[in-house]
Amino acid sequence: MSTLVLLTLTGLGLGALYFLIASGLALIFGLMDVLNFAHGAFLTVSAYAAWRTAETFAGTGGLALAALVGTATGALLAIVVELVLIRRLYGRPREQILVTVGLSLAIPALVQAVWGADSRPFPVPEALSGTVGVLGAQVPVSRFVLIVAAGLVLAAVTLFLSRTRYGLIVRAGVENRAMVTALGIDVTRAFTLVFAIGGALAGLAGVLGGLYFGSLSPHQGTSLLVFAFVVVVIGGMGSIPGVALSALAVGLVQQYANYYVDGYGDFAVVVLLAAVVLARPAPRLAGGTA
Amino acid sequence: MTASPTPTPTTTENPTATAEAPPASPARPAPARQWWRGPIVPAAVLLVLAILPFSAVEVPILLDGPVNSPGSLQLLALCLVFAGLALGYDLMFGRTGLLSFGHALYVAGGAYGTQLAMTELGLGFFPAVLLALVGGAVAAVLLGAVSLRGLALGGIGFAMVTLAFAEAGSLWVQRNPGGMTGGEEGLPLHTEGVPEAFVGVQNTANVYWLSLGYLVLVAAVVWVAVSRPVGRIWQGIRDNEQRVSVLGYDPFRHKLGVFVLASTLGVLGGAMHLLVTAGVTPRSSTAQFTLTLLVMVVLGGSGTRWGPVIGGVLFTFLDQRLAVLASSELVDGLPEFLHAPLSEPMVILGALFVVAVYVAPGGIASIRRSLSWGPSRRTETKGAER
Repeated sequence: MSTLVLLTLTGLGLGALYFLIASGLALIFGLMDVLNFAHGAFLTVSAYAAWRTAETFAGTGGLALAALVGTATGALLAIVVELVLIRRLYGRPREQILVTVGLSLAIPALVQAVWGADSRPFPVPEALSGTVGVLGAQVPVSRFVLIVAAGLVLAAVTLFLSRTRYGLIVRAGVENRAMVTALGIDVTRAFTLVFAIGGALAGLAGVLGGLYFGSLSPHQGTSLLVFAFVVVVIGGMGSIPGVALSALAVGLVQQYANYYVDGYGDFAVVVLLAAVVLARPAPRLAGGTA
Repeated sequence: MTASPTPTPTTTENPTATAEAPPASPARPAPARQWWRGPIVPAAVLLVLAILPFSAVEVPILLDGPVNSPGSLQLLALCLVFAGLALGYDLMFGRTGLLSFGHALYVAGGAYGTQLAMTELGLGFFPAVLLALVGGAVAAVLLGAVSLRGLALGGIGFAMVTLAFAEAGSLWVQRNPGGMTGGEEGLPLHTEGVPEAFVGVQNTANVYWLSLGYLVLVAAVVWVAVSRPVGRIWQGIRDNEQRVSVLGYDPFRHKLGVFVLASTLGVLGGAMHLLVTAGVTPRSSTAQFTLTLLVMVVLGGSGTRWGPVIGGVLFTFLDQRLAVLASSELVDGLPEFLHAPLSEPMVILGALFVVAVYVAPGGIASIRRSLSWGPSRRTETKGAER
């Protein structure tokens, strides 16, 4: 029983991390049809920025500051990339993918060049490094931090989408971008905003990922990104509740399978993905899809 | 780039002629500019590449030793293998419009499969390659069928599903199941299984020729396939899938066919990679490996005859030589803040690639088209000989 509780809470923590990465991806893809391969690079850079901050300022306050710095770094990086690179390529999804692919190769390599290829320990303050007893299981505190953070983000993004004017534009843009543009609404500003939100979420995920794994490395973001892609495919593109559910499912399946099927969690996730893809209705000719 | 107004040269027809001939150069007769579309250029390139191991020419800066030194030949062999891999990958990406992020699965499958068939089953190198090819083709049929169902989500679905499969393979390799794959370290080539003619420094020239043979095989398969009716159907799928299915062809079957063909060529390339680098590491199984293939193809010019070859050779060469450059005195003389970016070839290549997407969207092979006729021929020949 205690094992099951521990696995479930760890799985939820991992799912929370996946949700943070995948929600940004799904928003960006849903609105702009941009498959952002550089998302993992945003995460990595933010994690390193947060790491530098947390090294400088110790304690829980330092970590909070680090989370802030990481989130801001992610948002800033995303805004710069959107304004300088992506904006020129609207309507050319393939070139957009290629540009983000180039960034996803160059940025982690740059991080590696500056801080080395080896993974670094992420300073976890004492208040968060302990464990809490839940139904007989000793669960690390960081798992709860992740779950709470993801819950807050889910609430915030949902509120943003349902209650604000920009959220309305984003939701309408996901549904039918041509119509929104035809109504005279400036979608490009919504694009930048969504990119910034995605980058901020990736940044936050970078910090929390450091907390979850206790370490960070130049290619961590890229490997997390693959699972975020899986989450997005399972959850459906452009649907935040779908992404949240699928992130939980993927996190839980991965943890359970890792324990009960001898470390084959990653395979269980891929099998789940294949099952979902096969269960979907056969591809219909949609003409003009990316 | 799929929406490029000049369709890919899948036949002997000159793309420039179709798009620009009437307004641009009506005076020039058609046959005159088709000579390099024939067998002359490939034959000349092949001849030059084949006699390279006999040349003791010193190429300062570009190569450390003379051309026929083992170090230079190994580098050139690696360039040829990657040219073949890129050309095979372009069969999906440039010719059919399928964006796969999982090609590394088949390359690593070829490398690890060949190695393990030699060590675990005691097969010789060539039977082991054959076994890996069969296994890879079967895997490609199964996984390709599932991945293509991902197309229900648009082209992105296919990309992500192939990526997930490849990542599973990559994690499996790195986990070192049963001590078989050597984990992060990888495995050194099982030399006992390899014919003696391909083992050791003194036989680098033979390995080079075998790599050249691989590139020739891939080029023959790709160039012949795309000039056949099936190649036209692939092109049709890329440009307008709906129309292809209205004409009565089954897009799914053709896409699966091209996926299996490209993957099998990838498996063979993986076996060659194992031989040339005398070992295999999990690096060849990662998503980054597939992304570098994509970069090569786009950099050279996707969907063109020579583009992927040029891109593969150029990228591999730069990747290897920039690492040497980074540790040279030239870099030491530069200001401090430039040291870090220059020490990682991928920083330069990634940035170069991003710039190339804006500056030369059609890749190196398309630069020729935007130039006038005189210099254009020279560009083509120069690029081909590199």
